[in-house]
Amino acid sequence: MSYLHNIGAYFLMIKEMFRKPTKWSVMRGLIFKDIDDLVIGSLGIVAFISFFVGGVVTIQTALNISNPLIPKYLVGFATRQSVILEFAPTFISIIMAGKVGSFITSSIGTMRVTEQIDALEVMGINAINYLVFPKFIAMMLYPFVISIAMFLGIIGGMAACVYGGFSTLDDYITGVQMDFIPFHMTYAFIKTFVFAFLLATIPSFYGYYMKGGALEVGKASTTAFVWTSVMIILLNYVLTQMLLS
Amino acid sequence: MVEVKEIHKSFGDIKVLKGISTTFEKGKTNLIIGQSGSGKTVFLKCLLGLFTPEQGTISYDGKVYSELSADDKRELRAEMGMVFQGSALFDSMTIAENVMFPLRMFTKQSKSEMEDRVDFVLKRVNLADAHKKKPSEASGGMQKRVAIARAIVNNPKYLFCDEPNSGLDPKTAIVIDNLIQEITQEYNITTMINSHDMNSVMEIGQKIVFLKDGLKAWEGSNETIFKTDNETVTDFVYSSELMKKVRQMYLEEKQ
Repeated sequence: MSYLHNIGAYFLMIKEMFRKPTKWSVMRGLIFKDIDDLVIGSLGIVAFISFFVGGVVTIQTALNISNPLIPKYLVGFATRQSVILEFAPTFISIIMAGKVGSFITSSIGTMRVTEQIDALEVMGINAINYLVFPKFIAMMLYPFVISIAMFLGIIGGMAACVYGGFSTLDDYITGVQMDFIPFHMTYAFIKTFVFAFLLATIPSFYGYYMKGGALEVGKASTTAFVWTSVMIILLNYVLTQMLLS
Repeated sequence: MVEVKEIHKSFGDIKVLKGISTTFEKGKTNLIIGQSGSGKTVFLKCLLGLFTPEQGTISYDGKVYSELSADDKRELRAEMGMVFQGSALFDSMTIAENVMFPLRMFTKQSKSEMEDRVDFVLKRVNLADAHKKKPSEASGGMQKRVAIARAIVNNPKYLFCDEPNSGLDPKTAIVIDNLIQEITQEYNITTMINSHDMNSVMEIGQKIVFLKDGLKAWEGSNETIFKTDNETVTDFVYSSELMKKVRQMYLEEKQ
């Protein structure tokens, strides 16, 4: 029953997020702050992880190609496909569920514990619109983060491939350019937008509706991470089935 | 004026408010007192519209809250100011931004007009030099005064205070009490204060509502509370030897 209750409450929160909007002059500042906190603030860790995981994907692929009949450029091809289709949109989103999700849950949850949300409600402000809507808008720039993850993943793969002596730069670039299907980018960005929505709203839900004190803020952050990850994995499966099969 | 008629509120099987009726008058400091667990905070949150009572009505100058539309409720709430027990200041904003917040949300004033109003109310609560500080850099007493400034900046009709003196030293507590009373009379607002502090009861309790086990056990003023024979009230208010002596001296003086 509690799962059903939570699902219902989540969708009511989404509806409330678009009602009774906060004054634009105030909302604008909140959106820019959330873009800074959620998007710009995540670029460093995303760049670092993307570069090195791209490198690891390349090394693993190269080491597993033992048949001399398989051309070396397949390393670049496999890296591109892995990075664009799954690593950048899905794997980075799971990492972001930890970084951005726990930040959102703990910041909103702390506002709940310290009665700041009550203060907003007493003033007659739609607290859900005030707190969640700017995060939702900020996360609409998330595909920009994923584009950087894709680019750096492929560059990391290239560095590992060339400097690790697995193939030449020309082979790698040939592989990266081979049989490119533009719809794969569309598929990746559709997933990214869906995941961005989940990343903004599920942690907000757990922060907004949490009850208790500081300990519960920590528990809410963990629960938000778990459920955001579960929903990302589930919707990843559903979208892949719908769009690629 | 705020009029409460027979309100009931439960959480699961636990009945917290069991039919409270009272009236809070304009221009007066109305105190709600009672032991921990007597239902004071739930009562205050019902008055604020944060909790919905299962039965009974609360009307604000004739407007019955439960009969208002969602938008009208929000409009009414914009006429309320609230001082929370923990101040509830926004951590991410400076003190001046905290005080300016209701003006930014609900008025069309220019930036300079808002700054002038913020300067005025911060001076009013004796915090003329605290504009740029963050709430975390302010003491408990300062935070309470900022919360009062934020509550009154938009000229509210109703001011609610939840334990405004909790965690403050006696001297600062008196400053806060006097400030609330002065503001109430100056702006002719209806002030409702949830308090444990017997000093506040004696100093500013122009009307006192005593709650026990979710019921109104007594109501009166800081004058009548000395004379009452209601044992429930006297057991609570005059629980310390010092307060018993104060009461005795007061009654002897009156005779």
